[in-house]
Amino acid sequence: MKYVVNVHNIGMKYQSLNGEINALEKINFSVRDGEFVSIVGPSGCGKSTLLSIISGLLPPTSGTILLNGEKVTGTSNKIGYMLQKDHLFDWRTIFQNVMLGLEIRKAVTPEAKERAFQLLKTYGLYDFRNKYPNQLSGGMRQRAALIRTLVTDPQILLLDEAFSALDYQTRLAVNEDIYSIIKKEKKTAILVTHDIAESISMADRVIVLSKRPGTVKNIYEISLSCDNRTPLCSREAPEFRAYFQNIWKELDVHV
Amino acid sequence: MSNLKQANISPEHRNYLRQVKREKILIRLTQLFILIAAFSLWEIFASLKIVDPFITSQPSRILSTISNLYEQGVLFKHIGITCLETIVGFILGTTTGTLIAIILWWSEFLSKVSEPYLVILNSLPKIALGPVFIVWIGAGPAAIIVMTLAISLIITILEVLSGFIAVDQEKIKLVQTFGGTKFQVLTKVLLPASFPTIINALKINVGLSWVGVIVGEFLVSRAGLGYLIVYGGQVFKLDLVMTSVIILGIAAALMYQGVVYLERLLVKNKI
Ligand SMILES: Nc1ncnc2c1ncn2[C@@H]1O[C@H](COP(=O)(O)OP(=O)(O)OP(=O)(O)O)[C@@H](O)[C@H]1O
Ligand SMILES: [Mg+2]
Repeated sequence: MKYVVNVHNIGMKYQSLNGEINALEKINFSVRDGEFVSIVGPSGCGKSTLLSIISGLLPPTSGTILLNGEKVTGTSNKIGYMLQKDHLFDWRTIFQNVMLGLEIRKAVTPEAKERAFQLLKTYGLYDFRNKYPNQLSGGMRQRAALIRTLVTDPQILLLDEAFSALDYQTRLAVNEDIYSIIKKEKKTAILVTHDIAESISMADRVIVLSKRPGTVKNIYEISLSCDNRTPLCSREAPEFRAYFQNIWKELDVHV
Repeated sequence: MSNLKQANISPEHRNYLRQVKREKILIRLTQLFILIAAFSLWEIFASLKIVDPFITSQPSRILSTISNLYEQGVLFKHIGITCLETIVGFILGTTTGTLIAIILWWSEFLSKVSEPYLVILNSLPKIALGPVFIVWIGAGPAAIIVMTLAISLIITILEVLSGFIAVDQEKIKLVQTFGGTKFQVLTKVLLPASFPTIINALKINVGLSWVGVIVGEFLVSRAGLGYLIVYGGQVFKLDLVMTSVIILGIAAALMYQGVVYLERLLVKNKI
């Protein structure tokens, strides 16, 4: 099996005047090509830190990240990083927002524009391409943010609580949407979330982190009896409850 | 809004619109009335010698002063000089202020080093520097423009810098996730996001530039509206002083409107 991401012995200590924060300790795991991995863990255990390190934005204190076998030293075109909020710029139209990444990478070509139009069409935002973000609903904004990431054609998607700003109904719908988009575009994805149900419903594997300093507590291979796996269908699978219970216990919220 | 107008409007909505319009007209009429009333009362009281027109001047005298100045061919010279100085000072103050703010944002080190100096310079009454500028630069328009700069520069730097700092860190992170450079962070996020702050700084600067120019002209009087005010005061021609003040008021209001118009123009392409 081919691994696209290798997280090897990652440790992270933040320095500040009033001391040191040990955010991550000895994190090890790998992600296969096309796999969807969720990371859950208590608040402040270093999930966002881990994604920033994988993306190459934040150099770790110790350990290495391998991307397709190569050591990560800075940001890479292979990675698309979706932050917690959509962060669409309200001074840009949806189309201009979608083109942001390509502009920054100086990769605006007629073909790239065509690809952006195609993605907007496929995901129901074409009619809104000249609208401004404040004219869109939360779910549409999230989709626009996803297209902004997809149009740069990343191999790996990093999603940092990308859905937590949405209300529950919209969130289920956007989960559904984004899951199918990611599968259709054959991307590898790492999703960070607080929501245990969300993590199980989307992922092939769930990585549970411990309280700070975050370490890998357990990794669950999720296999659900669904004919055609989608997040909603996963939530109805008979095995879902057991996974939920286990991870819930593992997270140890009471203590 | 626009599609509401085209579509069949409900009677309630029509009533509402009519009421809003009526209120708007009423406000305008009242404003006009106050203006006319103030000037009429001024004129009447001065004519009846209830107030001394030598001290308060009066609208008819102001008009004749304006036409005198015009006939002497100096009216537009004075207005022109003052406006030119103001506009140059305004543009210089705003652009250099923004530029310095960018530099300070770029280098955290410089920003920290300069912080106490900025605070002190900001609280210093810049007018106190007037005589220094005159000695250094010589009495003339250059000294006046520098005076204007001194008044508007520091506040612009502080305003724009605080605008930059208020920009959401996550938006900056977004640009960085695409591999954006610091320069791209500046052009793609910082400047557009702090555009409203910059416009606000512009609005404050319009007022400050006028203060700078008039103070400058008080000190270096050769020509301009500030010169006319000082000169009028010295020779007890209060007509001239009042005339200049009123022209000044109109010019300053027009320039402010100009900035508001610019803002609308730039914001129009959104929504
Ligand atoms: N730039 C920073 N400087 C110092 N400490 C930081 C910094 N960023 C994060 N931390 C600390 O590191 C720890 C992990 O932060 P991180 O944001 O990665 O947690 P998280 O798991 O994403 O939390 P949440 O679930 O609330 O988003 C926290 O205790 C936080 O206070
Ligand atoms: Mg986080």
